[in-house]
Amino acid sequence: AVRGRCADVRLSALSLCPQFVGSDEELQRRLAETILQEKKDFNINIHLATSLPLPSERDHLRPRIDLVVFMIDIKSKYSLKNVETSLAYVDASYFLGKVCFLVTGVGRKNDCSIETNAVCKLGEAYCSPVLFCELELEGVRVATAQRLVRMLGICAGHIPGVSALSFVSLMRKSNDD
Amino acid sequence: MDETVAEYIRRTVLKIPRDEIKMMLQKWGFLSEAQLQTLNFHQIKDNISQEVVQLCEENSADIKQAAALDIIYNHIYQNKRMWSVYQMKKSGEELEYFDITDFKKKFKRRLRSALKNVTITFKEYEDNAIWIRVAWGTPHKKPNQYKPSYVVYHSQTPYVFISSSVLKSTLPLLCQALIVASNYHDIREMELRSHSLNSLKDIVFKRYSQNFQTDTPKPLQGGNVETENADIRIVQENKSEKERIHRLNQEVFGSGPQPKLEFAQYRLETMFKSDPKMDVLDKKEPFRCLVKFSSPHLLESLKSLAPAGMADAPLSPLLTCIPHKARNYFKIREKKGLYPESFVSP
Repeated sequence: AVRGRCADVRLSALSLCPQFVGSDEELQRRLAETILQEKKDFNINIHLATSLPLPSERDHLRPRIDLVVFMIDIKSKYSLKNVETSLAYVDASYFLGKVCFLVTGVGRKNDCSIETNAVCKLGEAYCSPVLFCELELEGVRVATAQRLVRMLGICAGHIPGVSALSFVSLMRKSNDD
Repeated sequence: MDETVAEYIRRTVLKIPRDEIKMMLQKWGFLSEAQLQTLNFHQIKDNISQEVVQLCEENSADIKQAAALDIIYNHIYQNKRMWSVYQMKKSGEELEYFDITDFKKKFKRRLRSALKNVTITFKEYEDNAIWIRVAWGTPHKKPNQYKPSYVVYHSQTPYVFISSSVLKSTLPLLCQALIVASNYHDIREMELRSHSLNSLKDIVFKRYSQNFQTDTPKPLQGGNVETENADIRIVQENKSEKERIHRLNQEVFGSGPQPKLEFAQYRLETMFKSDPKMDVLDKKEPFRCLVKFSSPHLLESLKSLAPAGMADAPLSPLLTCIPHKARNYFKIREKKGLYPESFVSP
């Protein structure tokens, strides 16, 4: 997900690679595990990072990234700030449907320290969908995992007839209503 | 037996959880084993307390015994009270042999000379701690047994732990009596408070494992960071960063469990600075602001902030100096040049 990475395309047809960027590592790990438990017809390798840019010493080990998921904890302004600074390091081509914002912790309304509006604006500015969820809840976590797996399939060009770009424009339509 | 004594014993018994009443009465030792046998502990607490009062009536208990039971209760449930640490200072270096009877005598004499109506009770515990309970009256009123002060004093140390009475005016008297009785010259509050008396002791007696800044950091053994994932399909990109955070955390907090504090408070007394041309808020008034961190276990939460990715490592020294400086209430003044921006909010 770093600038310049896209030149180095190593397409392994059955290996998809989402990248999670976010500061709450425990939640990240749990979501990653849930995703791996999902039944699907392709392999997934998940890369977890606290922020971007990624450390360059591991560049040669990193496969092509298909989807970048920015996790924002609605309870922590720090996490939003972290994501905002990280966004600058994402190659522009990713914003054609391969980025999404995952807002976590929305189950606890009283603890919110970020306004929903601020995140939605971020989504609009970067032409990327915003998903809201509460990963502490098993059911929601599973549903979110399924959703991300579907998006991942689209982003990697695995679903015939739907490209990442067409998918994200579909998402935008529903947002504008 | 005095009616107020009976009522006080009854209420104290009511505070104790039912299955601990027998144990506490045994510790108290005022009722004989034979008397305890006659008590039925399998009924509602109200009835148990009535029976206990009846037995105390037989033994003609007075307020001294009632106060002793209260100390036993508060020693076991010490976390229900808020404790504050005081440090005493000597003027000379003379080392004196500590005599407990002398201490008690002087303490009582000093308090009684100032206020006739006080109930003073001592109890010594195995760890060299002397527990003192003082119930305060006025020149014309009997002591109020329901608003006592508790003092825990370790005779070999200059530290005193006080859980003061809600009657605030009694605190200076208590402090005076303490320095007179223990041959000290001065006493001051350390601005260190918690519900956990043992944690306060751990901090001031330096009983917990903390690597102070002067210590050379121990080399980190490989694979020490507990972020190893069993699943090879999950790749942790920021491994070296995590190791750095882990190392910094070890340096600041040590590897052991942290003492238990519930609060850290920072009071700002700084001037508001603005462009003089703007001519707003350019008053000589200090900028009033109070930042309060609270958590059931503050130091453990601070320790986990950076590893959980909620704050940058290392944390502000204002937060990490708490056990080192043995205080959790701070005043921030102009000269030091510290601003709220340097805080990391959890």
